[in-house]
Formats: sequence, structure tokens, C-alpha cells
Amino acid sequence: MSKAWRNDGYAKVTGKARYTDDLLCMDVLHCVPVYTDFVHAKLHHIHTEKAKKMAGVKRVITHKDIPGTAWFGQIFQDYFMLATDTIRCNGDVVALVVAASRQEAIAAAKAVEVVAEELPALTNPLEALDADAILVHQSKGSNLINHHKIRRGAPTAAWQECDTILERDYETAPVEHAYLEPEAALCIPRDDGVMEVHGSMQHPFSTRRFVAAILGTTLANVEVITNPMGGGFGGKDDTAAIVCARAALAAHLCGKPVKITYTREWSMRESYKRHPYHLHYKIGLKGTKIHAVECRIIADGGAYTSVTPWVTWRSTVQCCGVYTVPHVHADVYGVHTNNVFTGAFRGFGSPQVNFAVEQWIDECAAAVKMDPVRFREANMLRQNSVTITNQRLDSHIVSTAQVLDAVVSESDFANKVSACSYGKGEKLYGIGLALVYRGCSLGAEGMDFCSAIINAQFDGSILLDVGIHENGQGAESAMILLLEKHLGVTRERVRYNRPSTSHIPDGGTTVASRGTLMGGGAVMNAIRRLKEIIATALHAENGCAKEDVSFHDDRIWFGADSLSWEEAMKQMYLARTYPFAFGSFAAPRVSWNEETGEGDAYFSYVYSCQAVDLEIDAKTKNVKLLHVWAAHDIGSAVNPQMLKGQIYGGIMQGAGMALWEDLHQQAGCIQAKNFHTYRIPRTTDVPKIHISIIENDDPTSPSGAKGIGEPALELIAPAIANAVYRATGKRINSYPIQPKLKGMTL
Amino acid sequence: MNTMIVNREKITVPPAWEKRTLLDFLREYLHLTGNKNGCGIGVCGACTVLVDEEPRRSCITKVETVLGKQVLTIEGMEQNDGSLHPLQQAFLDAGAVQCGFCTPGMVLTSHALLLRNPNPTEEEVKQALKGNLCRCTGYVQIFDAVMKGAEFYRKKEGKTDE
Repeated sequence: MSKAWRNDGYAKVTGKARYTDDLLCMDVLHCVPVYTDFVHAKLHHIHTEKAKKMAGVKRVITHKDIPGTAWFGQIFQDYFMLATDTIRCNGDVVALVVAASRQEAIAAAKAVEVVAEELPALTNPLEALDADAILVHQSKGSNLINHHKIRRGAPTAAWQECDTILERDYETAPVEHAYLEPEAALCIPRDDGVMEVHGSMQHPFSTRRFVAAILGTTLANVEVITNPMGGGFGGKDDTAAIVCARAALAAHLCGKPVKITYTREWSMRESYKRHPYHLHYKIGLKGTKIHAVECRIIADGGAYTSVTPWVTWRSTVQCCGVYTVPHVHADVYGVHTNNVFTGAFRGFGSPQVNFAVEQWIDECAAAVKMDPVRFREANMLRQNSVTITNQRLDSHIVSTAQVLDAVVSESDFANKVSACSYGKGEKLYGIGLALVYRGCSLGAEGMDFCSAIINAQFDGSILLDVGIHENGQGAESAMILLLEKHLGVTRERVRYNRPSTSHIPDGGTTVASRGTLMGGGAVMNAIRRLKEIIATALHAENGCAKEDVSFHDDRIWFGADSLSWEEAMKQMYLARTYPFAFGSFAAPRVSWNEETGEGDAYFSYVYSCQAVDLEIDAKTKNVKLLHVWAAHDIGSAVNPQMLKGQIYGGIMQGAGMALWEDLHQQAGCIQAKNFHTYRIPRTTDVPKIHISIIENDDPTSPSGAKGIGEPALELIAPAIANAVYRATGKRINSYPIQPKLKGMTL
Repeated sequence: MNTMIVNREKITVPPAWEKRTLLDFLREYLHLTGNKNGCGIGVCGACTVLVDEEPRRSCITKVETVLGKQVLTIEGMEQNDGSLHPLQQAFLDAGAVQCGFCTPGMVLTSHALLLRNPNPTEEEVKQALKGNLCRCTGYVQIFDAVMKGAEFYRKKEGKTDE
């Protein structure tokens, strides 16, 4: 097995990596948030006098102190970084206490008194659109965040042509990201007038917008510098940006560096979650073909919009899974409630619909007495197929058959299916699989472009900047490895510049499994330009035609002769030509019609299949995962060991969501406040995991690579549900599954 | 006695720190920030250090209970010449590191296991690391790292026997 490599590995195994809370700063003040017990309330007054008099307290901050704007957001500016006149959920922050020490700040936070009038709270998303519903945002006049549609074919007429019709309801729970590092920020008001922000966040450019908004200043006056981050999984987008904005506000008002470090309890209380969904599906078959699908999906967006319109848009595009369906009528709603808000989380709207679709596919197969694998083969999208959004899949290799075959043969699926228990025996055995596709990157939901800078130095060393973020996944290493492969240099020659929003254009957020694809695309274009610059400047002096300049084996070649990078870069500088290249990559055109749900939603897709077998003790009802088989077509593998790490990690995160993770809210309050009551997977839960990496270079990606972060997570839940069915004979249409099983008679 | 040994160095503990947690003492007084605070209640394992070669949750350990004892943090794992301990190298080679926040605790808990049992089964590795949470890796490459790292402890044990 080849050895893994990552540029930040040494710092991380030695404890030298400095995460935000590890940063030391002279004269730093400590800031903590103040919460209330309310879920929905009219805020009358915040008494800060008592807190101000407490030991060590420097300042107590409320919305009245904000020089810029209190409210912000990526899509709609409806998130209040400090509550003004209304408390809309239990995670709302009404004040900040700044003190000389963290202990003093925490003590004083308890002395802040809030006078508010409790209002009835809306906590059931199914009631959000009722005519008499409690309004979460009075000014909006409705709790509707968004409504996405697909109108394809003529479903009303099509039902007459169906010979089998199924109707099913599914429900999914909110899920905590459970990044091991809680949110943290350190903000330093600099002598040049710039607010310097260090924080644990995965979208430095969005953070910069939040900070600039609260301070009422320009983007150029805020510099966000990122540090090692202890996990994000989509969860350190909005919440993390808000924590940074509050620290910046405090630093601005106090004129001193300010640090905020969250406790796990604050993090779980306030941070956004994965959207809980209610899904109703009606599926019609004509023979063994899916003929019509009608679905109504409601996503609980909680108190604030965050990225709900985008999350639910992906659910809309993928609401019929990886299958051909001629008639579709889909309505997908994002709604407000007074629950803690929901936002980006690895998978981003796909795990919920996959959980439903990949279960009803199995049920449809059973209804027409067909093997579940054959049924999928009869209905799945293939090369040149047309999706439910009327997109022809001809830009890349459609590898549904490849991933399905790999898993079916590796797992010996046919034989294992015949060994399933269906509720008979003491140790119940079951196997299940799921097959999905996933649109690459942001799709028609957002601006999708990124840039890279290669800045070769006089001595032959190379600085690399890319507008993506290291979330722990190995993004920086992947970019360096692309330079190694395509510029022909050794990785030791390359220094990845610690990212700063002031040094490279806004590359968007490192979510949507887009880091390697979009950042890699920009690096590839920068490499192309740098080669052109060097070849143009040096070919004549080194006696060869421009076309004969090549780059490999850590040298620059002029026909048969070559120079070291040290020699060549010296020549570049003597020729007064900078070996400096800027490259950018914009995603190919995508399209979307909001009324009909038609369009080329994503420029390419990742294809995945996973199977899982498990054992359930009939008495205790405990589920034990035995094996997982995973096949993913990721285009091209840049860093194979890190790729595997993404797949292992995604599978276990998905398994936690499917089986154990229970973040229920009681009247708008999160019940699990820390890891003793919120059970994420442990070492003893890990099954044997077999990975098949399938590589079909993607022509739409300059490096050939697609993405893996989310594909790895998004389909294990329905595979587990299907296996639980074959073990017990019972369908469980909601996750987490384990608590449901406990309440059932087997 | 108001001293303890941290990473082979004798440290005098100011009285004000005795009632504080070991984690705060290490991070804020000694500036050894390698060990992390993930939950503050002794569940996630990110704060794990070794006290007399046994894993301890430093976030719920009072400094006064550790006086007179030997504490090993991740900063003390490196070899005297500054090179990586073979177990740390095994974590790198196996791809066992992603965000890295759990890594110091994982390395130290594994080190304690291998000192005690240089020839563990994979099941024993899983049991030993049961109290260390990781949200990134799915643990598989961490098991690989510990199994690979164990070779060094077996060799070392062999030498002591000679």
C-alpha cells in the first residue's frame, strides 16, 4: 500500500498545528455569548448594568453597539448576529460579554438580565404553511422560504397507465455536524486599519462578508486568515462566520484583540443542523419501469434562511434518484419554524431524498417480483439518458453500471440476499444496497468559479495559492500533488501559502465536494500559463523552439538539454520576466427553470454504489454493521490514501446519522447538549470496509477529478435501511433507525 | 509537593493552578496547546494525555491529583533528536490524519496501549480507542496506523529482553 502524504501532516501528529484557540496573542480579551431560555419572544430590554460591574468585565455588547448591520445571510439577510427586537430560536444570542479572562466573562454572562415577552412558538414544520400559522418573521408575511418544482410529462394522465402504485412517507431527523473543534475566532484590530480575523471556518470569503457587514466597512478592510480547522463538514460556513463577526465587533469596540472559543454546549445549542425532512412519495410502475412519481417534500429550515433554498434545490434535482422517470410532479418546500436553524451539511439535501428513493426502489422491485439489482438496471440512467430535469447525460461517462457491478460482485450480493433472515432467528442477518448519482459542485445554485496563483521564486522554490480551504480533507495536499504531476516538480519545492482573503480572489466556499474539482481546475490553468510564460522567455536563450520546452523530473527541458528550477528561475529574473501565473476556472454553463424544473442542473455527476450487511440481535435489537462495500467513480484520483479516508469517514458519518444520532428538539430546544447524549460512531462501531475506486477522467474537469466528500456519505443510510428490512422483515421509514427498532417487536 | 514532571521536565505548579484542570494548566500555563478541548466533559478524548503511562482525560482531571506524577503530552512524543516517534510516522503513512484535532489524543492513547501490549489484535485496538472520537476518518486508517506502529514496540521489547 502506498504511503499517504499531506503537507500539514507533520504539524498535526506533533501537536504543533495551531488551531484558532491555540493562537496566543498579547493583551487578548475574552468574549462569550449570552443566551436566553426563550424560543420565541418579543425582546423588550437587556439589562447589562450588573454584568458590567463584575470583576474583569470590559464591555457588555448588544445590538445597539453595532456600527454596521445586525442582520446578515448568504441568500437572505435575515439572520440576526445579535437579536434586536425578537428572539426567534433557542440558539439566539442577545449580548456579548467581554472580559479580561474567559472565566470572568462566563461568570458575568449569567448576570445579564433579559426582559422579554414569551410568544407562542412554531415548532412543527408541517404547520408552517397553514393559514393561521405563527409567523417566525412577521415582515415576510409567510413562513415559506422557498418552493422548488419539477413539472415533467403529464403525471395526472400517467397514473391511468400504471399497473402498480405505491405511496410512502419518510421522515429524517436533524443531525449535528459534531466537528471535534468547537467554533473559535481571534480578531485583531490592526494598526493599518484592517480587522484581522483568524477563525475556525470553511468559507473565509463569506466570513469576510459577515465581518464587513457587522462593522459597516468594506471587504478590503477585513483580512481573514485561516488556520488549521478541526472539522467542518459544511457546518463551519454560516455559524462560524457569525462567531467571527461577533469577535470582530468586540475587537472593534474594545480596540483590542478579542478571542471567542465556544464550549461544546454553546456549539450544539446555536449552530445550524442538517435539515429534517418530511417526504411523501407516490410512485407508479408500468410493468417493470418507473412511469410516474409525485412527491411533496417539506424541509424544516428553522428560524433563519441560511442556505435552505440551495439545499432543497439539490433535493429537487435528485428527488427521483438516478433513474429515468417520464412523468414527475415534485414540490419541495423550505419553511421557517422556531427550531434552531438548519444549513449546509455534507450531503446538502441528498441524504434525505436518497433515504426515501433507495428504499422505495427496493419496494417497487419487490412489488413486481423482481431482483432489486435487476430492477435498478432496468430503470437507471445510462450514457445519453435524459434526467428528470431534461438534461441529457453526454458530457461525461455515465458509470451507473460500473459502480453497481463492482459492489454486487465484490459483496457477493446475490448469495447474501438469499441468506437474509426476514425476522426469523435470534441473530438476524440482512444485506442492502443503494445506487445514486450526485451533481458535481454547486450547479445552478450559485456562482461557481475559483482561482490559483503560482509564484515561482528566484531560487526555484514555488509558492502556491488557491482559493479553496483546507477543512481537514487534504485540499492543500491535492493542489500540491497536481503541481507535482502536471508541472513536473517535486512536492518539496512547493510551499502552500497560508490562505488569506486579501491575497487571492474570492474562490467561493469549500463545500459541495468542489475543492479538488474547482481548485484543481484553477491550478491546472495556472500551470498551463506558467509553462507558456517560461517557455516564451527562455526557449531562444537555451537554443530550442518554444514547442520543445517541457517540464518533468523536477527540471525544465529545452529539447535534450535541461536546467534545474534553480538555474531556470535565475534566468527568468535576469530576463526581467516574472515566473508568476494566475489561473482561474469557471464551471461550465448550467441552467434552471424555476417554474418547470427543467435545465442542465449540474455540469457533471459522480456515480456511487454502496452495500452493507449487518446483524441484529433479536432480543436487544442492537444493530452491528459487518461489512460495507463502496464503489465511487470520482473521475481521477489525485491523492489515493486521502480519497480512501474520505470514503471511510463519509460512510461512518452516514452510518451514525442512519442508526444512532438523535438530535430531537423539545419545544424548540435541542435536548442533546454534548457527546455523552449525542452518540456519534466510535471505533467499536466500524465494520470491514471494502473500497472500489473507479476512474473515468471527467472531460469537464481540467484535472479529470470530480469529488468524493459528499458522495461517500449520501447513500449508506438507505443501504442500511434496506439491510434492516431484510434482517427483520420490517421497513423503517425514518432515521435514526436504532431507537425506532428498540420500540418495535421483532 | 507542588511539582510534576511534564514531558521529562520538572515543573513547579503555582498554588492558584492546583484546583484548575490539567488541560487548562497545560494549555494556558505551559502553552502546550497540542492537547485539545473537544467536549469539556471527558467524553471525546481530544484532551487525552498520559499520566504515569495511563491515558487520562485532562479536561476533567484536577492538577492537584497529578502532583508528583509523570505527564506525557503530544509535545513529548518526539524523539530526542526532534524526529518523529515511529508511531507518529505510522499515523502519517497510513493516512490516519485529516483535520487533526483528535490526532494528539489518538496517538497518546495508542502509545499507552502499545507500551502495555505491543502485539494487539485489531479488536484490542478498537477497545483501547473506544473513548477517542474522530468525525473525519471513520477510524479505519487509525487502526492501520496503530497496527503498523506496533512493530516498533515489539522490536523495542525484543531488545530489552536480550
